[in-house]
Amino acid sequence: MKPDEKSGFFLDNHFCFRYNRIRILIGSDDMFRQGEYRIVSKKNLAKGIYDIEILCPEVAEIAEAGQFVQATAEGFFLRRPISICDIDKDKGTIRLVFEIRGKGTEKLAELNCGDNIDLIAPLGKGFKKIGKNKKVICVGGGIGTPPMVSIAKEYGENATAISGFRNMAAVILQEDFKKMGARSVLCTDDGTVGRKGFVTDALRDEIKAEKPDIVYACGPMLMLKNVATICKENGIECQVSLEQRMACGVGACLVCVCKTVKDGEEFNSHVCKDGPVFDSEEVLFDE
Amino acid sequence: MSNRLETVFCGVRLKNPVIPASGTFGYGREYESLYPLSKLGGISVKGTTLHRREGNPGPRVAETPSGMLNSVGLQNGGVDKFIEYELPNLRKSDIVVIANIAGSTVEECAELAARIDDTDVEMIELNISCPNVKQGGAAFGTDCTVAGAVTKAVREATKKPLMVKLSPNVTSITEIAKSVEANGADAVSLINTLLGMRIDIKTGRPILKNNVGGLSGPAVLPVAVRMVWQVANAVDIPVMGMGGIATWEDAVEIMMAGASAVQIGAAIFADPFAPIKIINGLEEYCKANNIDNISQIVGTVKPW
Repeated sequence: MKPDEKSGFFLDNHFCFRYNRIRILIGSDDMFRQGEYRIVSKKNLAKGIYDIEILCPEVAEIAEAGQFVQATAEGFFLRRPISICDIDKDKGTIRLVFEIRGKGTEKLAELNCGDNIDLIAPLGKGFKKIGKNKKVICVGGGIGTPPMVSIAKEYGENATAISGFRNMAAVILQEDFKKMGARSVLCTDDGTVGRKGFVTDALRDEIKAEKPDIVYACGPMLMLKNVATICKENGIECQVSLEQRMACGVGACLVCVCKTVKDGEEFNSHVCKDGPVFDSEEVLFDE
Repeated sequence: MSNRLETVFCGVRLKNPVIPASGTFGYGREYESLYPLSKLGGISVKGTTLHRREGNPGPRVAETPSGMLNSVGLQNGGVDKFIEYELPNLRKSDIVVIANIAGSTVEECAELAARIDDTDVEMIELNISCPNVKQGGAAFGTDCTVAGAVTKAVREATKKPLMVKLSPNVTSITEIAKSVEANGADAVSLINTLLGMRIDIKTGRPILKNNVGGLSGPAVLPVAVRMVWQVANAVDIPVMGMGGIATWEDAVEIMMAGASAVQIGAAIFADPFAPIKIINGLEEYCKANNIDNISQIVGTVKPW
């Protein structure tokens, strides 16, 4: 066995995959993979926002809407958590839609079709699914919109996707919602396209028109807090997907903390393993 | 695998000298889905306190050049949960378990040791170096007299092999090491994280809610190698080396400096297979250099 030229490691992939397969047989709630997977398509959706499709059948097979990946950005110590936008189990691919937020994501955006990306995936607890014939509303704010694609797809035309962006130039993923038959309600802060105003205003109107069985949301904390409040007022179940700075991504290091409450008791949960999806009533949005 | 890597560390037989470090591997549950824990030399479990601790508010992590800062603050379920829930799960695997204990007071440290003494845990690692808690932690590990007193109290509470985990945030780590040795420690492990800070220049706020946190990752390796070398030369008890080890070459380096075994920490976050790759690398290294047992390289550095 020779050390890998790039990493200096003795890479023993057979070992990794062998044990991965054993894990498939015995099954586990915390099942995830680590490996290098090929990027099979790349699109620039808006300024600084990229959409990459990755061929990773062993990940796609077990991935659920709302889960995320930990991606290695070359030259950076910690991996970058990115939510899974879409899963195609037939093709064996997943899609990641991410925004350049700093130098690490900038490095990820440099990857091209044909390049490999090192992922630990799928990670975390995804969205709870309540039955395809139920009526759902998916609320995405800005770069919180991508995870709404995979959960809306579960419900197709029974889903209403409300998404909000700063302006017309920042709008992404509307075609994806249309393609799956979901009704799309587009909002922009400046009214350059769609309705002017916040997603929360649109949510109130949609609820008034027809009360959904569940609301899913991902976006800025303030938006999530307001969505949670609206749902509570209307007696609607609500699930929110949270974000936090992470290290391990699997629940071992305990850095990605969020304040939660259950049965009246407050405690610290971890976004990577207890989430990223939480029941909104369990989250303390006090900050 | 041959027995080239078999290591006896203060009387405890390790299949190999590679152990995930406390706080970076939980209680093994998370990584069991990637490889069997029995591949590892042992596991140093998440720092355990007498009662459940919620830890510090977030953000608790900040990336740094070749490393990271953390300020978890010893969040854990408490010693009862460890004994009743985590230990039985670890016992399903053939793996040496090192209980990492952290008390807020000397009495608490002794009580924790007494609780662990009643279990079948193979070794105790007394944490006197956590930089993220207000009581105990580094407050114990930065003063020779206090470090000695805590070690003595814990020594009296347990017959198990006792390893004391030292802080690098001191003027002289060798003085602390000598003090814990004189008070009954069977081994020392070093280094814990280096105290650091990062500021978001857009907001003028520290990235960590705790303002400061512990630096780990490849950035700290040279500091760890230096301190392991100094301590190994100052005490007669074995040294478990850690701090920034990410490759088998790093492990060889810190062993040459004087470490009889190594712990792997933050590198696991970047690559969960890092401990396995290091074990494989050490095996190949021994084979290629006709080394019958890895212990032959311990402390072999030839200083100028």
